[in-house]
Amino acid sequence: MTKITMTVNGKAASADVSDNTLLVEYIREHLRLTGTHVGCDTSQCGACVVHVNGQAMKSCTMLAAAAEGAEVTTVEGLAASKDDLHPMQLAFKENHGLQCGFCTPGMIMTATDMVKRYQEAGKELTEDAIRHELEGNICRCTGYHNIVKSIQDGASKMTTA
Amino acid sequence: MNHMKPTPHDAAPLHVTGAARYIDDIPMPKNALSLAFGLSDVAHGKITAMDLDAVRSADGVVAVITADDLPASNDVSPSVHDEPMLANGTVHYIGQPIFLVIADTHLNARKAARMGKVEIQPLPAILTIDQAIAADSKFEDPIRFLKGEPDSAMKSAPHQISGSIEIGGQEHFYLEGQAASALPQENGDMLVHSSTQHPTEVQHKVAESLGLPFNAVRVETRRMGGGFGGKESQANALACACAVAARITNRPCKMRYDRDDDMMITGKRHDFRINYQVGFDDDGTLQSVMMEHFVRCGWAQDLSLPVADRAMLHSDNAYHLPHAKIISHRLKTNTQSATAYRGFGGPQGVVAIERVIDEVAHYLGRDPLEIRRANFYENGQTTPYHMTIEDSVIAPLVDQLAKASDYANRRLAIESENRANPDAILKRGIALTPVKFGISFTLTHLNQAGALVHIYADGSVHLNHGGTEMGQGLFTKVAQVAAHEFGLPLDMIKITASDTAKVPNTSATAASSGSDLNGMAVRDACHTLKGRIAAFFAIHFETDAAVEFVDGMVRAGSHEMTFADAASLAYQNRISLSATGFYATPKIKWDRMAGRGRPFFYFAYGAAVTEVVVDTLTGENRILRTDILHDVGASLNPAIDIGQIEGGYVQGAGWLTTEELVWDDKGNLRTHAPSTYKIPACSDRPRVFNVELFDNENAEDTIYRSKAVGEPPFMLGISAFHALSHAVGYAGASDIYPNLNAPATPEELLRAVYRNADGTDAF
Ligand code: FES
Ligand code: FES
Repeated sequence: MTKITMTVNGKAASADVSDNTLLVEYIREHLRLTGTHVGCDTSQCGACVVHVNGQAMKSCTMLAAAAEGAEVTTVEGLAASKDDLHPMQLAFKENHGLQCGFCTPGMIMTATDMVKRYQEAGKELTEDAIRHELEGNICRCTGYHNIVKSIQDGASKMTTA
Repeated sequence: MNHMKPTPHDAAPLHVTGAARYIDDIPMPKNALSLAFGLSDVAHGKITAMDLDAVRSADGVVAVITADDLPASNDVSPSVHDEPMLANGTVHYIGQPIFLVIADTHLNARKAARMGKVEIQPLPAILTIDQAIAADSKFEDPIRFLKGEPDSAMKSAPHQISGSIEIGGQEHFYLEGQAASALPQENGDMLVHSSTQHPTEVQHKVAESLGLPFNAVRVETRRMGGGFGGKESQANALACACAVAARITNRPCKMRYDRDDDMMITGKRHDFRINYQVGFDDDGTLQSVMMEHFVRCGWAQDLSLPVADRAMLHSDNAYHLPHAKIISHRLKTNTQSATAYRGFGGPQGVVAIERVIDEVAHYLGRDPLEIRRANFYENGQTTPYHMTIEDSVIAPLVDQLAKASDYANRRLAIESENRANPDAILKRGIALTPVKFGISFTLTHLNQAGALVHIYADGSVHLNHGGTEMGQGLFTKVAQVAAHEFGLPLDMIKITASDTAKVPNTSATAASSGSDLNGMAVRDACHTLKGRIAAFFAIHFETDAAVEFVDGMVRAGSHEMTFADAASLAYQNRISLSATGFYATPKIKWDRMAGRGRPFFYFAYGAAVTEVVVDTLTGENRILRTDILHDVGASLNPAIDIGQIEGGYVQGAGWLTTEELVWDDKGNLRTHAPSTYKIPACSDRPRVFNVELFDNENAEDTIYRSKAVGEPPFMLGISAFHALSHAVGYAGASDIYPNLNAPATPEELLRAVYRNADGTDAF
């Protein structure tokens, strides 16, 4: 057992967990934040992406203990308030960037991280760049067309936001 | 004409915030348990000893169950009761569940499941199509369709070609793995949550496994994280395991397959070998076509017979075959039991006839599109199963697409570039392929649906029907029907989970039929309710004016009130505001043994042009551009339909290019994770992707004259396969047909590039 303490979606969270508890397990089972999904269990599909200290991470391949002291954001904590949507969430909704929705939280977390990185580096987030950046996120339903559209739309709103 | 708007998916706000619940997200009581199966590591053999002590004493384990411990039936088959949930003395494939571990957590259950010591005396395993043919291992005698005089027409045709194509299977990789839970109720009843396309079948199988009548089991399914046919029958095992474990422990139980287990245990798309022989004239007009299908069905029958039937039923695709003979062998092998997968055998049938057309074009030195056009159905012609085609739009649809995509000029440009630069490493290719797909379950009685609609006294509407939501937008479309009928905004309609207690005896949400069947059933229920309100208005207001439901108002002549007021008034006057609806597809009739009848209510049509580039040194390739024109009749929701087309195309192209299942010579599936099995990624989608809906109305009286859309676009991906064939055709010995097998992986493309001049493999 290890005692872990971290900030999840702005709130302090701590618990005693067994040493091999994965971050995704902690988020889903202990904190009951079930928007972070498990698609492949093996770091391939991206359904489990969350932000750890502002960086996109696959929470199925990270121990909860490794996030000790970290700031963790899940899809539930992305929007400014409960009744609000983050511009990227809005973009996925309006651009039909989802079908079954299982990949969606991971896609949105990957997308917001990528837009932020590009904006901070002053680089243009081209369609090619989005393709490349999404290598680690699988969607089996949409064929990605509307996902790319959503990210482009979300990115433009994140600039103006 | 469109009645309907491109409204976003009803659950979109939930999905983008992570609030949408899948099975694994539903809160379970504190004392809930988790399950995992212990699996066979032998493809065929007798279980001689089982030592499960280590499993029983592993951390967190509450109980371990074998076939002997089951309270009632040990069967999860959707068809002929040949699929024990837990192996019964004999194992039939690597990955078959042998025992069930019940533990406190998912991880503990999985760990313990690896600790079983099962001794298995191997028996000869039949793994491949060749082995199955040699051993005559099959599920039924060959089925044949016969039209005209194929043998004599073949002989008298000016040209003949024969050949063979291997077509690989496909892993569904629904992003949400299989999952179910069971909560024991009073009096032995069971409440089951299942990620299934077929709640009614789960209800039946769970009831059988508990020895209860159907009415003691209730199954609820709000949504799946993808299904694609993989949750039509494959969900049964988990639901039954949960129910049995819940019965034995009297505690709630949940099971989700780890992805690895999911890929090892569950069935996939059937792989096929299709041998063909074709007779044609100088213009490429087909005179006689003979096909022989060898279908690898796996160890249990599951849905293999209707899958193999549908492959036969699509061996014409969009082409008139004046004389035809189609034979199908349903082979039994010691591999996962192949199951439903988007298209349900249809795509394999279509791939074969498209190969035939392409090879005829190559033989005659013509553009394959010319040969396709020369053979398109005209209305009034009959299929190899003697159904008259009445609704074909394939010729005008293809004309429109060829023009819009500038197919002819692009093909000329690619051909002259390839000819001018024979040594270029990068070769481009382009192809246009059509699809015609039959809509209806071929098992005629499945073509029925029910609905339940309540209007509450405040005017809000509760909607339920027999279909399930797996991301295809069915719930949105059906809610649009109800909103349209009542003249209400969509947010007045509450969409609720599929529930065997609300609408009974449902069919699987499959065969693309979801909105056709359930949309009509919901409309029927709405008509009943509107009829009652109208009759009440006529008496109450003493008017014979027609009653209209528009813009949130109910109007009869000069009498007008909001829908909410009308509901309240009707309630106070003791009018029933709850109704069921029902629909049974008309006109269809099918005799599968004779290969005759009208199995389909109508056909959906479409076509795609794909351009690719291949690196002939590595086999690496890219889809550069895809143009699609697809017929969904009068769309119920253009945004959802276009999404289905885009997703279907990419999944279809994935099947024929990157997605390769590999079993070793022991029958062990070696591609059991996305690290070794290549699902299309974002970078694999076409660089340019233009998708349009064809302006059409269903000739048959379907819901607002729309057409089904789930499966047909999957086959548009075949154009990518033919574009690759076109490209590598210029790279190898150029007068030899590339003869690609599917999937056209880089290895397969290189095989075609480096073939010897006599057509044999160079390495
Ligand atoms: S579940 Fe973490 S990457 Fe798939
Ligand atoms: S929407 Fe289903 S996996 Fe992406």
